[in-house]
Amino acid sequence: MSRPMGDSHRRFLQSMMSNGIISSSQAKVLHKHCCETHGAHYAHDRLDEFIDVINTQLQPMFMNIRKGMSEEDGLQYYALVNMAETDVTRMASDYADNELELFRKTMDLIVDSESGSASSTDILNCADSLQTKKLKKKETEHVLNKFVQDKWLNEKHGEYTLSVRCIIEMEQYMRIIYQDLIKVCHVCQNIALQCQICENPRCGIKMHLPCVARYFKGRSDPHCPSCNDFWPHEIPEILRSQSQGSQSLSSSAKENTAPTPSTSATRRSRRS
Amino acid sequence: MSQRKKTSASQSKPQRTNENEDEMTFSQMTSSQVQRARENFASVQIDRKVAEVVQFILVKDQKKIPVRRADIVKHVMKEYKVIYLEVMNRVRRTFEQVFGLKLEEIDTKNHIYILINKLEAGGTVSMCPGNPGKTGLLFVILSIIFMKGGVAKENLVWNTLKKLRVDPREKHDEFCDVKKLVTDEFVRQKYLEYVRIPHTEPVEFEFRWGLRADIELSKLKLLEFVAELHDQDPQSWTQQFREASASESRT
Repeated sequence: MSRPMGDSHRRFLQSMMSNGIISSSQAKVLHKHCCETHGAHYAHDRLDEFIDVINTQLQPMFMNIRKGMSEEDGLQYYALVNMAETDVTRMASDYADNELELFRKTMDLIVDSESGSASSTDILNCADSLQTKKLKKKETEHVLNKFVQDKWLNEKHGEYTLSVRCIIEMEQYMRIIYQDLIKVCHVCQNIALQCQICENPRCGIKMHLPCVARYFKGRSDPHCPSCNDFWPHEIPEILRSQSQGSQSLSSSAKENTAPTPSTSATRRSRRS
Repeated sequence: MSQRKKTSASQSKPQRTNENEDEMTFSQMTSSQVQRARENFASVQIDRKVAEVVQFILVKDQKKIPVRRADIVKHVMKEYKVIYLEVMNRVRRTFEQVFGLKLEEIDTKNHIYILINKLEAGGTVSMCPGNPGKTGLLFVILSIIFMKGGVAKENLVWNTLKKLRVDPREKHDEFCDVKKLVTDEFVRQKYLEYVRIPHTEPVEFEFRWGLRADIELSKLKLLEFVAELHDQDPQSWTQQFREASASESRT
């Protein structure tokens, strides 16, 4: 039933390779452009099928174009990921060993934190106790800038968070090394770092801010979907473009299913 | 970064004799020897090797670093090097069928490869993807060289760039060290050649097109671009037009 791979698919793939990560709206534009350039049949609502054709061919190479949601803006993004890697080796060719170690430590801090972020002060402290080779303050700042430029981290007011690219590319790796320690969103089942947490100590489920916005949209009296306690946090507004992408939320949840079944994930978060 | 330094250090003399051995391995093995060797490896392992070589080449090529056969054998193939030819055939086919790229040998003596875009129609391949400034700068330099008949003295290039407010003597906002970018990065990527002019005192250098530029760029398209800038017909530069048409028919 699936189409054979044509030049339109190849052009799309080449574009993904040079961009690394693109937003859903950029992907739609690219889809149209690729089909029109090579005279291929274009159906505006068949982007995911189009990408499936590419993914079938990429599978033997352990590569995949994967969809994921940004914790910041709730928008969908597509990233070209390498599934053979079970570590941060994706970055290995661009960074020195101690820089990679710093990245892993930064990721540890972020995953451990409630806010899903790490302060530059905390990261600087880590830099001072690296096992490979210590990094000085200026070197650390330089590396952190590189991480931001290469789109692995985001920075805001001195706080660092994992970028959408990082989460999409390293989700597999993070689930393996952090296991139960990593927070998972109750709504979409994906890794949740920047999230709201239910205040009930016997519940404690987590939800991405964009997922909160969607779930509680229009409700003046929000209650936890799991334990029904009052949801005390401020409900964020849905970004205009986010609501356009809301239709693909269900398909993204399907595509990003974790190796672990969803029921055990919610059971685990209840325990914490 | 430390890893890159390691590989360049290993490209010293001893490597050359190993390459001679490789030549013999590749040319003197009979088909039955290859057959027997292939039977020693499970097909799933061979599939994995093909995938690893593809990844290896993609990573290198993304940085526009030409890939050496010796590196592929040493870092990826390892004990599979007896079936190197078969793996490479599959790698080539994968690049064409899945990525629309062609694995081109730009140096047949030292066996160095680059990936070029084989998709027909639609624009020029971006020379520095994600960096339109660099692409533009490179394009300008290549135009200068081409319009000068294929060789341009470095002073001519620097003076032209200065007119465009890109001064190799000063730190540039976007390119930082312009001289380094042009004489080191672009040369390493095989877009340019920066060659010493013999018998010059003090030493002078000249620029030529690099092997990658020869393959990736259409001289005819470049001439058309220059012509448009001057609002003239490309054929008014008869010499360059002849050279451009000839190189077009060669590719």
